[in-house]
Amino acid sequence: MATEKHDPVTGRLTTGHEWNGIEELNTPIPRVVFFFLIAGTLFSIGYWLLMPAWPLGWTYTKGLLGIDQRTVVTRQVEEATASRAVWTDRIATEDFAAIAADDELMRHVRDTGRTLFVDNCAVCHGVRGTGGPGFPDLAAGAWLWGGDPETVAETIGVGINSTNDDTRVSQMMAFGRDGVLEMAQVSAVAAYVRSLSGQQLSEADRARLEVGQDVFTANCAACHGEEGKGMVEVGAPDLTDGNWIYGGDAQSVFTTIYSGRQGHMPHWQGRLSPVDIKILALYVGALGGGAQ
Amino acid sequence: MPSFHRKLERNAIGFVIAIVAVASIGGLVEIAPLFTIDETVEEAPDMRLYTPLELAGRNIYIREGCYACHSQMIRTLRDEVERYGPFSLAVESQYDHPMLWGSKRTGPDLARLGDKYSDAWHVAHLINPRDVVPESVMPKYGWLMRNELKYDDLGLHLAAQRKVGVPYTDEMIANAQWDAFGQANPDSSYAQGVAERYGEATNIRAFDGDPARITEMDALVAYLQILGGLTDAAHQTASARE
Amino acid sequence: MISALTVAERQLSLMVLSLLALCGLAMAAAGRGDALGIHGFIVLAFSLGLIFVVISRYHDPEPPEERLSRYYDDPTKFGIVLTMIWAVVGMFFGVWVAALLAWPDLTFDAGWASFGRIRPVHTSGVIFGFGGNALIATSFHVLQRTSRARLPDQFSPWFVLIGYNLFCVLAASGYLMGLTQSKEYAEPEWYADIWLVIVWVVYFLIYIRTLQRRKEPHIYVANWYYMAFILVVAVLHIINNLAVPVSFGHAKSYSLFSGVQDAMTQWWYGHNAVAFFLTAGFLGMMYYYLPKRAERPIFSYRLSIISFWGITFMYMWAGSHHLHYTALPQWVQTLGMTFSLVLLVPSWASAGNALATLNGAWDRVRTDATLRFMMVAAVFYGLSTFEGSFMAIRAVNSLSHYTDWTVGHVHAGALGWVAMITYGSIYALVPWMWKQERMYSPKLVEVHFWLALSGTIIYVFAMWNSGIIQGLMWRTYNDSGTLAYSFIDSLVAMHPYYIARTVGGLFFLAGAIVGAYNVFMTIRMSRTQAAAAGTDADVPELQPSTAVQPGE
Ligand code: HEC
Ligand code: HEC
Ligand code: HEC
Ligand code: HEM
Ligand code: HEM
Ligand SMILES: [Ca+2]
Ligand SMILES: [Ca+2]
Ligand SMILES: [Cu+2]
Repeated sequence: MATEKHDPVTGRLTTGHEWNGIEELNTPIPRVVFFFLIAGTLFSIGYWLLMPAWPLGWTYTKGLLGIDQRTVVTRQVEEATASRAVWTDRIATEDFAAIAADDELMRHVRDTGRTLFVDNCAVCHGVRGTGGPGFPDLAAGAWLWGGDPETVAETIGVGINSTNDDTRVSQMMAFGRDGVLEMAQVSAVAAYVRSLSGQQLSEADRARLEVGQDVFTANCAACHGEEGKGMVEVGAPDLTDGNWIYGGDAQSVFTTIYSGRQGHMPHWQGRLSPVDIKILALYVGALGGGAQ
Repeated sequence: MPSFHRKLERNAIGFVIAIVAVASIGGLVEIAPLFTIDETVEEAPDMRLYTPLELAGRNIYIREGCYACHSQMIRTLRDEVERYGPFSLAVESQYDHPMLWGSKRTGPDLARLGDKYSDAWHVAHLINPRDVVPESVMPKYGWLMRNELKYDDLGLHLAAQRKVGVPYTDEMIANAQWDAFGQANPDSSYAQGVAERYGEATNIRAFDGDPARITEMDALVAYLQILGGLTDAAHQTASARE
Repeated sequence: MISALTVAERQLSLMVLSLLALCGLAMAAAGRGDALGIHGFIVLAFSLGLIFVVISRYHDPEPPEERLSRYYDDPTKFGIVLTMIWAVVGMFFGVWVAALLAWPDLTFDAGWASFGRIRPVHTSGVIFGFGGNALIATSFHVLQRTSRARLPDQFSPWFVLIGYNLFCVLAASGYLMGLTQSKEYAEPEWYADIWLVIVWVVYFLIYIRTLQRRKEPHIYVANWYYMAFILVVAVLHIINNLAVPVSFGHAKSYSLFSGVQDAMTQWWYGHNAVAFFLTAGFLGMMYYYLPKRAERPIFSYRLSIISFWGITFMYMWAGSHHLHYTALPQWVQTLGMTFSLVLLVPSWASAGNALATLNGAWDRVRTDATLRFMMVAAVFYGLSTFEGSFMAIRAVNSLSHYTDWTVGHVHAGALGWVAMITYGSIYALVPWMWKQERMYSPKLVEVHFWLALSGTIIYVFAMWNSGIIQGLMWRTYNDSGTLAYSFIDSLVAMHPYYIARTVGGLFFLAGAIVGAYNVFMTIRMSRTQAAAAGTDADVPELQPSTAVQPGE
């Protein structure tokens, strides 16, 4: 039924059919199509022979190369670990003072520490370690638990009030909410606390400084020390240095004393390797003050 | 070939059958064996189920479209293993109906997020990510803290999960709503049952910081804190391979 | 349009709509206190509204017998209008979503307006709302012309078109309420999924019944593709959406499969949604409108055969390239990668066939923006399939997966291919449908073309840059052999590209608005002309030669 008809532009034969004015040419398939089809198929067959490829009911063809993505990545990670060993072994074995004194090692600590810190710690402590409301500034040199690298490494490993069995534990009690102190006493000791860091106080606040001091000695000194200089044994912060986790304005200090605080620092043992934790301790130490 | 095809294209029903036949092969060969080849899903005897509260949280994760930005699949690539932890195993999402592996990482992978950050951080972050991470482009989810969690129908949810193959027991189904309440309210009398049914290691806390209210925030944070924590198989595989 | 239905068809409509209203009522009752109830009310309001429309014209006289000697194009016309509306809506949401990644606070403090909920409104809005309506509308048109047969009846095309849009409305409103199964491109919940199956079966029946009654001995290539689109999407949809609802009063359901099997089913679906919705369907469109507009014969019938069956067979194996290096067993990844590579051959065969069809019409491509839309679409089709096959290589995918490179690839296909071929076809089709010499303003078609092209290029280049930078930053190592950049570093580096993408998107959206305006003005032009001339504007003056069979 197909009638012989040539396309006037190309001179090619049409298939002789027409759908609402559309015709088709009977052009042979260009050779290049077969070329790539065959080339692609040959490549695929080769690839199937070498790699895991075809299912066989209860198992599958494993491929001549015996490659498996899980083995490959495990080996790559091992090799990478081994090639880093030149310096990581020294970090693992040498003590902090020796590492800190070695420029070469400290270069590795800075390079590696930054990414580790930003990927794991920055969401709380900020990209530069300067903290934020509720999360301490690690660059200020004002340490809750002590700033020498050994102590910092321990803090990072076990965390503070974390789910780790050996976690550091600290709590600032809710003196107001739990009824240990009267409201007036809370206000007074809040004023006193703010005076410790040399803040300008209002007339009213100055009037209750004396009461505040008494309350402080009776209730707070046990943790924060007679002079409010803090106590690394219980993780109680220094209240005299103008460095605040939760804020030093009247409202924040009042809330802290009224409702208490219990910061939660996750533990990194298990998630990060001992070497990584050591690197972080050194990195954090170098953020600001370091050991004091 | 053209002459055979000439015939085929004159027969509509034949064409239909041809299309369906030709198109079915690929799916059959690739999907059916995933149910028959045992090693597809690894063994994990310690695998535990989502608690009702975590399941509710997972549903909120789905509802809010977190999967549009976050993957839960650490690939077998060196950089991913070094950044996020051991590569994900199939068994880890064995009870995930549906899976949430994701296809885009606008935010980081969350497969091993559980226990990485504190509850308080999650709450602050979800209320306004830029309060804690100034660089973030993640949306704010303030309403999670405002909305009470609807947990009275969680028994039905567990029952539906059982229909698709998750081994919840009758007891778990019967107690679903109380377990949800108890898990977010550690001082209540219902807290004990959660640990009995789902294991001592279950997180039982006021996830949103307020035990008096069971909010959607409680549920979502409970879910986030268990990510990667249903089984230890991935860590074991990693150390066994070393 | 109601008056064109026979009285029996009007009665059938009322019956079906009442049934639908009952379903809505049942959903509203069963789903009290659940989002399902709200959807019940939407279904109820939707059907009551339509019942009202039908009743208002119920007593119009029976349409003349003579209608059976003409094609039935009312649903196509309505579908075109819906296409133009969904395009603007879907792309508006696209621009919003894009802007949110540059300026995350550009939203309201409410769940419905957050990124995770409006992103699927965008994807479903453009794929199903815009793309789907365009496919349904053009398929009815092409089917009749290439079969020389009228649609089998006048009710079922409306059922498909309107039923399908009800599905789209349920999908989009559901996302805003947080209803989603989280399976990309299959997000709507179980009841919407079931509804779509019903609609789809009727769609298939229309197709097969018309083909059975065709006057042409051979089925034209465009219909092979449309048919593959209908059939395979049905198979994919049913299997990937298998789920158990929490109860009949809950919108929420749990998918039947879990973990690795669920992932593979989802991406078998997801990839082939691309293949049979975004590719096969639109190839069907291209195979009709491009040769028609160019007034050239298809370059090679034989090439059509090989590319059609190549695409139908090979695409179905390629889905696992979405799961490279994951917990999916490696053997499946191998199959996915190899088939994706060979798939390039039939893909380029199609693109090549289209471009070679333009031989002898290149002067028209230069002057006619409508044809140029189609030509550029074929080029982008070739480009995005090349990119896709490239990205399916495991080593490449290790870099591109999870990054904006994928998003760039998606939009090279979606903007460059899907949207361009649709606009080209619609600009060709609208004057035919509304009996005009040409579009209201050919200048505006030209404007639209340049907006669309520049928008696409800006978008795609921005995403190539950001995607590759992102992928490289994640895997770059420093001298110490440890990761050089943190995740947040990569996030900061994305910012300029996210702004650029938003700008590109705005261009494209502006084009879509210009296009919608042009179409509406063309329709208005035809209305005023018809009123002035007082003639029946539905006379098929453009197909005088098509001897339509008289009735059933
Ligand atoms: C979930 C939030 C969070 C993350 C993540 C976090 N921290 Fe902390 N970190 C805290 C909080 C809160 C404290 C203070 C605890 C307190 O108030 O008692 C703290 C305290 C510390 C301290 C003790 C400071 C001192 O003065 O003794 C160090 C050191 C520290 N963090 C380092 C790190 C490092 C290193 C990382 C990452 C590996 C990290 N943190 C991740 C929340 C976090
Ligand atoms: C049981 C020990 C303990 C006692 C007693 C105690 N504190 Fe504390 N205090 C802490 C600890 C631990 C922290 C740090 C909490 C944290 O970081 O989460 C703290 C934190 C604070 C802070 C917040 C500092 C900042 O940087 O934001 C203030 C203010 C404060 N205490 C004042 C007081 C006052 C006033 C009293 C007495 C009424 C008091 N504390 C009694 C342990 C104690
Ligand atoms: C628009 C994309 C987007 C959406 C939607 C989104 N996120 Fe995020 N998410 C991010 C980005 C970007 C980051 C990295 C910056 C940061 O920490 O905020 C992030 C970080 C996070 C983190 C910290 C991960 C880590 O290891 O540091 C968690 C947890 C998180 N998101 C949970 C969620 C949850 C839960 C939802 C849904 C309720 C959600 N995200 C929705 C983009 C998003
Ligand atoms: C105005 C034009 C458009 C803009 C500005 C736009 C913008 C966006 C944005 C911002 C995303 C999210 C990317 C991410 O999560 O990082 C997206 C996703 C997507 N868009 Fe568009 N879009 C536009 C048009 C279209 C069109 C016309 C289509 C289809 C026909 C389309 C299909 C998609 C798809 C399929 C995705 C999901 C991609 C994925 O999951 O990888 N878009 N779009
Ligand atoms: C030969 C043809 C094609 C191949 C082999 C192919 C391959 C791929 C690959 C490898 C990915 C990335 C998967 C990942 O890493 O997550 C992808 C994603 C995607 N492609 Fe293609 N592609 C092809 C053609 C197209 C076309 C024509 C479109 C039309 C719009 C398209 C739309 C998409 C979409 C929407 C996604 C994103 C899926 C998601 O993650 O949500 N592709 N494709
Ligand atoms: Ca609570
Ligand atoms: Ca669905
Ligand atoms: Cu794909």
